[in-house]
Amino acid sequence: MIAAVLGIDWRTLADAFALGSIYALMAIGIGLVFGVLRLVNFAYGQLVMAGAFALALASQWGWPVWAGILLCFAVVIVLSLLMDRIVFRPLREQSPAVMLVATFAVAFLLQSIALLWFGSLGKIATSLSFLQRPVTISGVDIRKITIVAMVVAACCLVALVLLLNKTNVGLHMRAAAMDFQTARLLGVRANRVIASAVLISGLLAAIVAVMLTVQTPLVTPDFALRDTIVVLAGVVVGGMNRLVSATLGGFAIGFASGLLGGALPTNQSQYLPSFVFAAVIVVLLIRPGGLFSRPGQAAVDRV
Amino acid sequence: MRHGAVAAVRGVSFALDRGEIVGLIGPNGAGKSSTLHAVMGLLRPVKGDIRLHGTSVVGRRPEDVARAGVALVPEGRRIYGELTVDENLRLGLAGRRARGDLDADLKRVYDLFPVVEEFRRRPAGALSGGQQQQLAIARALVADPDVLLLDEPSLGLAPLMVDIVFDALRAIRDRGLAVLLVEQRAQRTVALADRSHVMSNGTLRLTLGPEDAADTTTMVAAYFA
Repeated sequence: MIAAVLGIDWRTLADAFALGSIYALMAIGIGLVFGVLRLVNFAYGQLVMAGAFALALASQWGWPVWAGILLCFAVVIVLSLLMDRIVFRPLREQSPAVMLVATFAVAFLLQSIALLWFGSLGKIATSLSFLQRPVTISGVDIRKITIVAMVVAACCLVALVLLLNKTNVGLHMRAAAMDFQTARLLGVRANRVIASAVLISGLLAAIVAVMLTVQTPLVTPDFALRDTIVVLAGVVVGGMNRLVSATLGGFAIGFASGLLGGALPTNQSQYLPSFVFAAVIVVLLIRPGGLFSRPGQAAVDRV
Repeated sequence: MRHGAVAAVRGVSFALDRGEIVGLIGPNGAGKSSTLHAVMGLLRPVKGDIRLHGTSVVGRRPEDVARAGVALVPEGRRIYGELTVDENLRLGLAGRRARGDLDADLKRVYDLFPVVEEFRRRPAGALSGGQQQQLAIARALVADPDVLLLDEPSLGLAPLMVDIVFDALRAIRDRGLAVLLVEQRAQRTVALADRSHVMSNGTLRLTLGPEDAADTTTMVAAYFA
């Protein structure tokens, strides 16, 4: 129905849904770490970038697909845990502003390293390009990656909901996000909870890296940078204080970007970010606490 | 064998043994909560020592103090209102050392506070203040601690609820725990505790026994000393 009104075809709708799914995963990755550390990790996009370079290198070396994906996961997870150990942990007691600037520094550092090692032209990850090919579902051509993205995101969501609600680690993470000091007084180990959140966040970054390289096989040092900024806007719009609202925010902004991208005439697609961010500003003016936060809840703090 | 914690705020020194309740009373700002925070590792004393089973716990992280067998029922209860009663209780298990029979401990906690079992699946935020206080104590007890610290557990409670809480503390002491009770309700605390220290301006002024509970003159004098 919406599709018919806006003159959008089913393929665009499916692509928008897939982009929303990928952004939702990034929103969870950012939101989980924010929950336990009250830290907006601006270096999240660079984790995705590092994973994408791992995939590109693996495909350049002629590694099989599974080995490339394995390398991507290994690189991103090791980087995430290093970030926690070297940057987050020593700075945890510092003010949010200090931590924020530290994540900026990490982001630029990783980007500069990528520039030094791989150059500004980047590398091409081809091993998964077969996922670009379409399949025909009831007369509509839909790219395989679109379906893969939606299925993977749905599986991740289910796994995460189970983890958060059914396991002790999940319970500890939720409690830490609500009131960290009380959790510690009850014996919840701060370092373990934070490391778990960082680890899951890294896993999601690796998954996102795989899917984004299928969409954009050319991997450059600023890979996923724009996506991260858009997702951060989505997370703030959705409501940073709650994982559910942050996730919905990430999905919504991805979905909106996808739809707008399809609706705008091709020669005006450079205006897409302006439209998206104009919408962000309008939402924040009307609902400063976040689009999906409960009414009466305090506005986003410490961002 | 000595089982105790010795805390110092400013020349403050006292001992707490297994199977006894020590009261810490005094006006607002006397340093009662600070003493508890120092024990839990939330504040680091400049001088002095805090020992548990003879080993210093100064400089340890709060979670490590909890895991060593010290449970705090914090001021204002600090219940997770969005989590269920059961989930709040499960959080208490984080501080539990691997020993003892969990089911038996849970049963004892439920016997002590039937509301906690009855409302297991409800959001803890839906409980009344008195029920939340019972949950907070239950949450501390499931960790199977040696030492239980309570920061003004009767604050804001209806008289009937205060009775329930104080009766529970008696039962907890009789089970062999060392209980340190920080309270504003001086008379009731003095009547319940084996010893009560009156604290004011960061130092201990006077120690009272249960027999002094009726002697309001001494207590009032100690408060304003």
